[in-house]
Amino acid sequence: MMMTFNLALRNLLRNRRRSLATLLGMAIGSTAILLFGGFKVNIGYEMQTTHIQKDGHLQIQHRDFYLYGSGNPTAYGIANYSKILAAIKEDDVLKDLVLVATPALQFGGIAGNYAASVSRTVIGHGYVAEDVNRMRRWNAFGLRSKAPLSAMEGSPPDSAVVGTGVARVLQLCDALEIDQCPKPEQQAKPEGEALPDDIAQLGMLEKPAASDVVGTAAPKIEVLVVNARGAPNVTSLQVIRAEDQGIKELDEVSMIMHLEKLQQLVYGRSAPKATSILLQLHHSEQIPLARARLAPILERFSADQPLTVLDFRELNPFFVQTMLMFDTIFGFVFLLIGSIVLFTVSNTMNTTVVERTVEIGTLRAIGLRRRGILNLFVVEGALLGLVGAILGAVLALVLSVVVNHSGMTWLPPASVAPLPFTVAIWGQNAMIFGTTIGLVIIATLSAWWPAYRAARLDVVEALRHV
Amino acid sequence: MAEEVVEESAEVNSELPAENVIKNGPVAVLTQVEKTYQLDSVSVPVIKGVSILVRHACFTVLLGPSGSGKTTLLNMIGCIDKPDKGEIIVADTNVAELNDDQLSDFRAKNIGFIFQNFNLLPVLSAYENIEYPLLLAGASAKKRGTRVPRLLEAVGLSDRAKNLPGQLSGGQRQRVAIARALARKPKLVIADEPTANLDSQTGAAILSLMRRLVVRYEISFLFSTHDPEVIKAADDTIYLKDGLIQKIQRKGFGDGA
Repeated sequence: MMMTFNLALRNLLRNRRRSLATLLGMAIGSTAILLFGGFKVNIGYEMQTTHIQKDGHLQIQHRDFYLYGSGNPTAYGIANYSKILAAIKEDDVLKDLVLVATPALQFGGIAGNYAASVSRTVIGHGYVAEDVNRMRRWNAFGLRSKAPLSAMEGSPPDSAVVGTGVARVLQLCDALEIDQCPKPEQQAKPEGEALPDDIAQLGMLEKPAASDVVGTAAPKIEVLVVNARGAPNVTSLQVIRAEDQGIKELDEVSMIMHLEKLQQLVYGRSAPKATSILLQLHHSEQIPLARARLAPILERFSADQPLTVLDFRELNPFFVQTMLMFDTIFGFVFLLIGSIVLFTVSNTMNTTVVERTVEIGTLRAIGLRRRGILNLFVVEGALLGLVGAILGAVLALVLSVVVNHSGMTWLPPASVAPLPFTVAIWGQNAMIFGTTIGLVIIATLSAWWPAYRAARLDVVEALRHV
Repeated sequence: MAEEVVEESAEVNSELPAENVIKNGPVAVLTQVEKTYQLDSVSVPVIKGVSILVRHACFTVLLGPSGSGKTTLLNMIGCIDKPDKGEIIVADTNVAELNDDQLSDFRAKNIGFIFQNFNLLPVLSAYENIEYPLLLAGASAKKRGTRVPRLLEAVGLSDRAKNLPGQLSGGQRQRVAIARALARKPKLVIADEPTANLDSQTGAAILSLMRRLVVRYEISFLFSTHDPEVIKAADDTIYLKDGLIQKIQRKGFGDGA
């Protein structure tokens, strides 16, 4: 085998220009595959990070909340959620896995700016603001893009953050200093300065908003929700910021408020509940272990409320679909480039076989078997593939450094701010080795047919070849 | 050396009487061998029932005009071509009974080839070209390390061991080819016009070398040639015309004398 390898290597060096041209073709192909692969990996990291920063790795929910909860979220609240949280924090394994464990309450309601006589339906969440910001700092993939921290942390209890779409519809753009927020042609007349009596009475049941903390600049809105007993309840909130949600449909319904305030609104003096318990882990690889440890804990609390655990992939099917789409595109790109490599190597090997016909005849005459000829040319093809793919991998790594430091940015779909254009190749061993091995296999296969033809050559005819 | 010429009638093409020519047994025996090539729809008979034997440790020359079938006959004796009819026995083996792999192994062990254009592997040095058949045979590094320098010394190229064929003259290349052909101590060396591409002085030197090697290694050499110097040096001369044996001349017994 060493003899075949040695001879194959020297034969490749014999016609350096042709070998170099073939290697260059393969290297460029390999580089293109890896650069696209690195880009795809980075998109995956960005999307995954966004979801995990917002929703955590795992969520404990009522079994039916994911499918039916959007209609009436509060009907699927988890009782004793604080005991579940305590159990998680006390678990010997989970306490080391879990970075943040925090409750969240989802609600649906109507937000109104009565001063402007406008209102709209909203889907909101109540969070523990400090936990939200701790979650937003999660960056296990070492991304260069950072999520902006929520303005809710340290804000008064009656504060709220709304989507820019909500702010636009409620005509809060000026007050919140939102750019690019054109006013509609027919502005509602500000005839609703005073709240209707019934709404005002409902609002008075709530504690007064501590508006003096923020100052008079924060605009106020009224939020109407249905409480746990099915009765309407209203509270007045100060909108401290509008945050672009990236997707228009979400941007026009999104609202975030303090969990405690929302629980007062929904549950009043009853025991508060949460619709989800968000668990953020140190690493995504810890999901299976964390799930396994959660099962017996949930078992303890599932007697009168069936609970389940969903991971971020189950909660965000769009993420899975997007990654599948990119995987398909990556496969297609690999197939296209692989085909080019196949024909390039095949063409090179065909030419080589024709040029070395007499040599093949000589080798056969002096006793090399057909299998030996086949091996010789197949090894030459495989060597071309290996060197070309390695060259491509090195080139891709160098180019990735150049691209990542070029300062280029791009705006992915559903993103609110441009992200650094990043290709993540370094450390992607599976992708690098997979691409290299794939190209070596393609090069070997493409050398096989010319090698087979060479092996089948008639010795006498080969020796006669001019 | 006193020459004893045994002349046979061309019309018979029959096997020679063993007691006249064989000392150690023939290295190749051909019996009623025929070969026809198909050129498009035309059948061209090239060898038309040839029976000869090639003696052990003899310098045998195939003579004949172009198209007489010399190369075809050499190829069949060298086991790189097969007859349509007849039997070929080389080194006591009926080669028709061997499959392709067995034939390859058989050639590697029993037959050496020297080509008109030398046919050295251009990427291997003189040393490596000679070593290659030994590597094919799986010879140990120790055996190769002993045999190759001896062969290089025998062909007078010890100082050119590391040179690639492109760095050698025509004569030197042919010497390397001879050494390669002898590497596995074959019973028979087939040489198709080995001096045709060499000037007369180099050709004479190569010829002299081959004569010496016949003596030294007791190997049969079978040539096709038009070179009168080669013909003069031959022990046996086989005249071929239109695919038939015209005449066979044998000078005594090729026992290295």
